[in-house]
Amino acid sequence: MDCEKASYRVYGYLDGELRFYRRWSIRRHLDKCPPCAQSFDFELEVRQVVSSKCRDECPEELRRRIAQALEQQDVGE
Amino acid sequence: MADQARFAELAMPYMSPLYSAALRMTRNPSDAEDLVQETYLRAYRGFGGFQDGTNLKAWLYKILTNTFINSYRSKKRRPDEVELDTTEDFSLFRRLGGLEAANAGKTPESEVLDAMPDAVVKDALESLPEQFRMAVLLADVEGFSYKEIAEIMNVPIGTVMSRLHRGRKQLQQRLWDFGREHGLVPDPDTIPTPEPAGAAG
Repeated sequence: MDCEKASYRVYGYLDGELRFYRRWSIRRHLDKCPPCAQSFDFELEVRQVVSSKCRDECPEELRRRIAQALEQQDVGE
Repeated sequence: MADQARFAELAMPYMSPLYSAALRMTRNPSDAEDLVQETYLRAYRGFGGFQDGTNLKAWLYKILTNTFINSYRSKKRRPDEVELDTTEDFSLFRRLGGLEAANAGKTPESEVLDAMPDAVVKDALESLPEQFRMAVLLADVEGFSYKEIAEIMNVPIGTVMSRLHRGRKQLQQRLWDFGREHGLVPDPDTIPTPEPAGAAG
């Protein structure tokens, strides 16, 4: 495993979508290569930032509207 | 109908996540509200066919995605939906490399990310072309697996992987661009050279 191959598989690795052997060989490369390990960490961090900063609360008014619409469905049946 | 209480109990906890996803898809609060309402109505009508033990969250997102594609997408296409150039190799990490950390214990790269306001990150995600935006949203915000995303978007897993790869690279480029516009990322050309010790004050 070299840096280029490791970086090609960065997302598969971080997404937990690689089979055991590939996962293991990337892990081994990261243990030996601090620059790659740092860039993998950074990718993970970008994801955490996107995940935590892209959340919105459903407005109460919409919750009420949906509950009402569902009740009307039942009445209509 | 006996099912209604059960549907409410199972499906209502997903209302905020679905609303967030709808906002990223439609990029408009009033369309997002309509989309979520329509999704719940369709899910409720189809709830009889939903099998216990299968993935309710993925099922709701599939309905949301289909409803979006069928009802909202064609209506509002924004002119900025063009693919960016030179995104394949873009690395935010490399771009940010060389910055000085202001706080001990944190890398300068993560400081820049942490400092980005939610609105900037949302704008960056919403600025991606639709197919990439949906893939990144489903994977990075909602945590779906490749297989689940493939089912939700109705595309092969290989397509999911390539959309995710390109979408994430583009997102990093947008974060960099937007960060620069908002003055959150120092411009390498204008970073002043450090003054000699003792010169300040």
